[in-house]
Amino acid sequence: MDTAVLLQSGLTAPILVPLIGALLAFVIRRWATPIGLLSVVALLGAVILQVPSLFADGPQRLAVGGWGTPLGVDLYADGLSIAMLLMSGVVGLGISLYAAAYFRGTPARGQAFWPLWLFLLTALNALFLSADIFNLYVTLEILGLSAVALTAIAGGADALVGAMRYLLVSLLGSLAYLLGVALLYHAYGTVDIALLAERIAAEPAAWAAMGLMSAGLMLKTALFPLHFWLPPAHASAAAPVSAALSALVVKGSFYLLLRLWIALFGELAGGVATLLGLLGAAAILWGSIQALVQTRLKLLIAYSTVAQIGYLFLAFPLAVGTGITAWSGALYLALSHALAKAAMFLVAGNLLRFGGHDRIAELDRVVQRLPLSMAAFALAGVSIMGLPPSGGFIGKWLLLEAALTEGRWAWAIVIVLGGVLAATYVFKVVGNAFTQSENPHQAQPVPATMEWVAFALAVGAVLMGLIVSQPLALLEIGDPFGIRAEAAVP
Amino acid sequence: MTPAVLYALTGLGLFVLGLHALIVHAHLLRKILAFNVMGSGVFLVLAGLAGRTPSGIPDPVPHAMVITGIVVAVAATALALSLMLRVTGATGHARLPDETER
Repeated sequence: MDTAVLLQSGLTAPILVPLIGALLAFVIRRWATPIGLLSVVALLGAVILQVPSLFADGPQRLAVGGWGTPLGVDLYADGLSIAMLLMSGVVGLGISLYAAAYFRGTPARGQAFWPLWLFLLTALNALFLSADIFNLYVTLEILGLSAVALTAIAGGADALVGAMRYLLVSLLGSLAYLLGVALLYHAYGTVDIALLAERIAAEPAAWAAMGLMSAGLMLKTALFPLHFWLPPAHASAAAPVSAALSALVVKGSFYLLLRLWIALFGELAGGVATLLGLLGAAAILWGSIQALVQTRLKLLIAYSTVAQIGYLFLAFPLAVGTGITAWSGALYLALSHALAKAAMFLVAGNLLRFGGHDRIAELDRVVQRLPLSMAAFALAGVSIMGLPPSGGFIGKWLLLEAALTEGRWAWAIVIVLGGVLAATYVFKVVGNAFTQSENPHQAQPVPATMEWVAFALAVGAVLMGLIVSQPLALLEIGDPFGIRAEAAVP
Repeated sequence: MTPAVLYALTGLGLFVLGLHALIVHAHLLRKILAFNVMGSGVFLVLAGLAGRTPSGIPDPVPHAMVITGIVVAVAATALALSLMLRVTGATGHARLPDETER
C-alpha cells in the first residue's frame, strides 16, 4: 500500500487532522484559536464522512505503512470505534467553541491550551482506532500526558497539585498496563487484539496480564475505590479542560478496558466480572453521596462523574447472559454522559465567571440572571438522573432490562437508587439557584457563546433519548461485542 | 533457570521495588525516580523475554517496544520534573499536601 492509498482512506484523518492542527497551533501561536477551531471542525467532518461507508461495507481495517499484522500497526474501525469518535468530535467541537470565548481575556493561557487540547484529541482518536495493544499503550500515555498538562494550565496551587497527583496515578496505570502487554506478548507472540483473541488460553500468564491491565485501566478510569485522584484534578482545572477530562478522557481508558474484556478476558474472567460490577455499584452509591455533601459546584459535578463511571461497570456482570443489551446500555450511558457532563462543567465555568465563585449555597438567584445556563444544567441533570426522554434514560433502561430479564434484582435496585441520589444532588443545585444569597455577588458578564454551547450540549444529551435506533445500530456494526461469532460456534 | 527468565524476574523485582518506593516516599522527586525504576523493570521484562525463540536469536519486536517505551518514559519524566518544580514554587513543598514527610 503506497501513500496515495493511505491518504485515500479516511481512517487516518481523525488522527492526522488534530495532530497537524496541534503542531501548527504550537508554531503559529498568534493563530492558535482559528487553527484549533478549524481542525476540530475538519475532524468532525472526517468522522461523519466515515459513517455511510461503515453502514455500507462494515468494519474497516487499514495496515498503516503496508506492513499488516503481525508485525505492523493496524488501524481498525467498527461501529463502536466510530461511535466513540463521533462522541469525541461532537463534544470536542462544543468544548473548542467554548474555549475560544473562555480564553479570550487570557491569550497566553489560550495559546498553551490549543496545542495540548489538539494532542489530546489526537491521542483519543488514535486510541479508538488502534488494533494492537502496544500502540494502545502509546496512545494511552499521550492521552494521559496531555490531560495532565491541560489540568496544570489553570495555574494556582490547587490545579498544580491536582495535576501532579493525576500524573502519578496516570503513569502507574500505564506501567501496570505495559507489564501486562509484555506478559501477553511473551506468551502469545503477538500484540494484535484479533490474533490474541484466537490464541489466548486460561493459564497463569493470561490471568496475570488480565489483573495488571485491568487494574491499571481501572485506576485511569477512576473506578471506586481508585477514584481518589479524580475530584481534585477535574475540579481544579479550567472549565473547558474539566469538561474534556470528565466527558472524554475517562472514556478512553474505559473503552480500552471494554475492548480487552470483550475480546480477550471475558472468557477467562469468572468471578472478576462480578467484582467489577460490585465496585461499580459501590462507586454509584459512594460517588452520589459524596456529590450530595459537597459545597462547591465543580466538586459536586466531579463526584457525580465518579458515580456515573460506576454505571458503566455494571455492564460487566450483567453482560453474562444478556450480552448485547448490557453492553449497549453502558455505551449509551457513556455517550450521553459525555454530552451531559461536558454541559454541566461548562455551566459551572459560566457560574464561576459570573459570580467569581462556585459555592452552591451562594448561587444568588442565578436562574434569573443566567437563565440559559441554568436551563442547560437542568437539562443535563435530566440525562444524568436518567429521566425520559434523554440519553441517560435509554442507557439505564437497557441496563435495567438486562438486570430484570435475568432476575438479578440487586443490580436493578442499585441502578434505580443511583438515579434517585442523582436527582437529589441536581435539585440541590437548582434549588439554590432560585434563592437569594446573603452575600449578593458582583456579577461579571458571561459571553453568549459560553452559554449557548453549554445549552446545545445539554440539548444533545436529551436528544440522544429521542433518536435511539440509529446509535444502537451504529454500535452493532462489525459485531464488536462478539455475540454473533459466539453464537455461530456450536 | 534460563537467562531470559532471570532477566524477567529481576525486572519484576525492580517493578515491585519501585511500586513500594512510590507508595512509601512523600517527596515528589523520589516518587518520580520510583517510576523510572518501575519503568526499567518493565523494560527488562520485555528485553529478557525476547529470548523466547527456539533458535536463540532474540525476537526484535520487544526491543523496538523498549525503545518506544524509553521515549515515552523520558517525556513523562520531563513533564513530571517540570510539574514538580511548579508545585514546589506554588506550595513551598516538593510533596503532595496531604502526605506527611517521611
